[in-house]
Amino acid sequence: MITLRIDDIPVQAEPDQTILDAAKAAGIRIPTLCHLPGLSPVGACRLCLVEIRNWNGKLVPACATPVQEGLDVVANSDRLRELRRTILELLFAERNHICAFCVANGHCELQDLAAELGMDHVRFPYRFPPLPLDASHPKFGIDHNRCILCGRCVRACSEVEGAMTWGFAGRGIFTLIEADLGDPWGDAKTCTGCGKCVQACPTGALFEKGRATGEQEKRPAIVAALTERRPRAQG
Amino acid sequence: MKRALLQALADHGLASEVQLVETGCMGPCELGPVLLVYPEGTFYVRVRPEDAAEIVVEHFLKGRPVRRLLWTEGAPPPREIPFFARQKKLVLANSGVIDPERIEEYIAVGGYEALGRALTQMTPEQVIAEVRRSGLRGRGGAGFPTGAKWEAVRAAPGTPKYVICNADEGDPGAFMDRAVLEGDPHSVLEGMAIAAYAVGANHGYIYVRAEYPLAVRRLEVAIAQARKLGVLGERIFDADFSFDIELRMGAGAFVCGEETALIASIEGRRGEPRPRPPYPATSGLWGKPTLINNVETYASVRHIILNGADWFAQIGTAGSKGTKVFALAGKVRNTGLVEVPMGITLRELIFDIGGGVPAGRAFKAVQIGGPSGGCLPASLLDVPVDYDSLREHGAIMGSGGLIVLDDSACMVNVAKFFLEFTADESCGKCIPCRVGTRMMLGILDRITRGEGDEEDLRRLVEIGEMVRAASLCGLGQTAPNPVLSTLRYFEDEYRAHIHERACPAGVCPDLVHYAILAERCRACDACRRACPTGAAQGTPGQPPYRIVDSLCIRCGACLEACPFGAVEKRPGQRG
Repeated sequence: MITLRIDDIPVQAEPDQTILDAAKAAGIRIPTLCHLPGLSPVGACRLCLVEIRNWNGKLVPACATPVQEGLDVVANSDRLRELRRTILELLFAERNHICAFCVANGHCELQDLAAELGMDHVRFPYRFPPLPLDASHPKFGIDHNRCILCGRCVRACSEVEGAMTWGFAGRGIFTLIEADLGDPWGDAKTCTGCGKCVQACPTGALFEKGRATGEQEKRPAIVAALTERRPRAQG
Repeated sequence: MKRALLQALADHGLASEVQLVETGCMGPCELGPVLLVYPEGTFYVRVRPEDAAEIVVEHFLKGRPVRRLLWTEGAPPPREIPFFARQKKLVLANSGVIDPERIEEYIAVGGYEALGRALTQMTPEQVIAEVRRSGLRGRGGAGFPTGAKWEAVRAAPGTPKYVICNADEGDPGAFMDRAVLEGDPHSVLEGMAIAAYAVGANHGYIYVRAEYPLAVRRLEVAIAQARKLGVLGERIFDADFSFDIELRMGAGAFVCGEETALIASIEGRRGEPRPRPPYPATSGLWGKPTLINNVETYASVRHIILNGADWFAQIGTAGSKGTKVFALAGKVRNTGLVEVPMGITLRELIFDIGGGVPAGRAFKAVQIGGPSGGCLPASLLDVPVDYDSLREHGAIMGSGGLIVLDDSACMVNVAKFFLEFTADESCGKCIPCRVGTRMMLGILDRITRGEGDEEDLRRLVEIGEMVRAASLCGLGQTAPNPVLSTLRYFEDEYRAHIHERACPAGVCPDLVHYAILAERCRACDACRRACPTGAAQGTPGQPPYRIVDSLCIRCGACLEACPFGAVEKRPGQRG
């Protein structure tokens, strides 16, 4: 066992656990967004950043950083709350996240985090880029305006379903989630139509057809439920 | 030029007397093409194919240097010219001297001797101890102690181990890695082989930009020759050590210079960084312990093994040892590549070696460390160039890009220019870099259009510090540097844009206006004819002409056209 401190509380963890695992076990809440149990961690959204006091105050993603003996972790502080709020503001300003018109209204992790972290306004100008909606798939749709590029769909598709339909295209602010080599989703030959991506998606970007505003509930926990039954997929 | 010289030599029967060697870069860009004649070391600059016959006849046959092609009339040999004399060439010592496509020439100047010594007289631990003691730090920019990195890879459990050379030189205007690869590729191969022996690796990769075709070709030639002579391959120097190197070409993404993104790219995945730890030393290429160093770092290694750590450590400062190559660019007389001991001051670098700012303009700032570096003002010219001093003042060593700015530069615009580059090159994986840099760019854009307010300055610092602290990799963590450093040293200029709606340097089109000085105008009609929008108006012979601001697009055509200096560009919007 490894001993570390999180928010001044001594915590024990297994060597293969992350700071996030250790915090969870100790009942310490660290917000996450791109992280989903059952998928490999990528440390992309930066919401789970924690400060390591004995690494010169370096900020590391709790989801992707393995525990180490003697780590002195700050998981919650004014500085971190402010940082997380700012990151959420950037996400809300990046595309189009007007909840009132969204299929996932009320079932959205981005929305929940904004409420949890007290993000009650956005200080940045909304960019509202004109992004397409792809409804070519018979069962599902993708609205890029709601996408936060967390990559949970990409990982669910490759790591759990093994189809590798989804990938990232473009770079920087112009990055888009793309099926196969940019085909309409409905034409993507690799897609099995399993819908894991839709369940893994934290926002209303991926949705089931026929859902009206606020009707798209998500079951992201199925990813972990599946991988726990199929440990091979975790490798 | 080469063909012309060969032809001229053949015409005069000197083909077997005079040997023409195509070498790597000698450094002084603005003087090229250059020609160095041995044994006396005559240095010809800006030679052209039509000069070939004259050089051959006058110099080689009659023994008289062609004076008009010398750097300056009666120029001293290159070693005594300040541009060269103040430099200390280690990494570039062979560049411009040997033929990089002949391994024999490299061996003749002591090449592969260091590898031989390491393999036959030293244990891997001794090699690491020597590198550690030399104080060598990574030349890729971050300045991590090289010996400590090697030790970590050697100590890491798991096999096989890999050695990677990061030759994905992406900073605009920086070309030191290119010069080394093109001018002395074997020094990199030798450094990699020594490193591989030290860390226990048998396989190496050089990740080089596909935009460097000559470097790629010379590396291919060098690797083939090294294999043939047995300095790469099985049982090198009959020691129990085998090592081989493969090339991997980068497709031009700036972020692939980041080590974890580079590794992802070699593995055939999207070139995106991943969080560290784990560091490549414990989990790198294909999850195996991997040593990744920069071109210049590897090229320094042989000098440490040959001359000893103590010799190397006496060059430089307490915290930064050895030499560093800089790419001098911008408003400086002698542009080009220079290699100097660490700890030299910016003033020596820019004024003694660089020759200072061309006449008529004044030094304003130096942007050091590439697009993610910082802008330092004249008051900091005496800062020594080493990793720690630069960081302390808000700049970075980076890869060694050094752009000199004169008083015609608008610092807000400069910051915007560099941030545009990093924002475009952001891979998009993490939010602070992907969106934060865009938001900063939006604010800078507003300020340069005269639409900024005081709140924007505060917000720039706030977002900048957030992006710096929260971004996943070095690209995002350093991207705000140009903005934060110009805000720190040139805040007045930002305020002039905001409060006076004026660009003091006269660069931002929305914050300048053009006016005609009535007393100088002769009503010659030149401005009216040059103006593409009809903003310059008047009747020939009836001065003064005038410029209608609402029609003016600030192209400056009238100013260029006016023979009497009557057109003026003034900071600020028209009152």
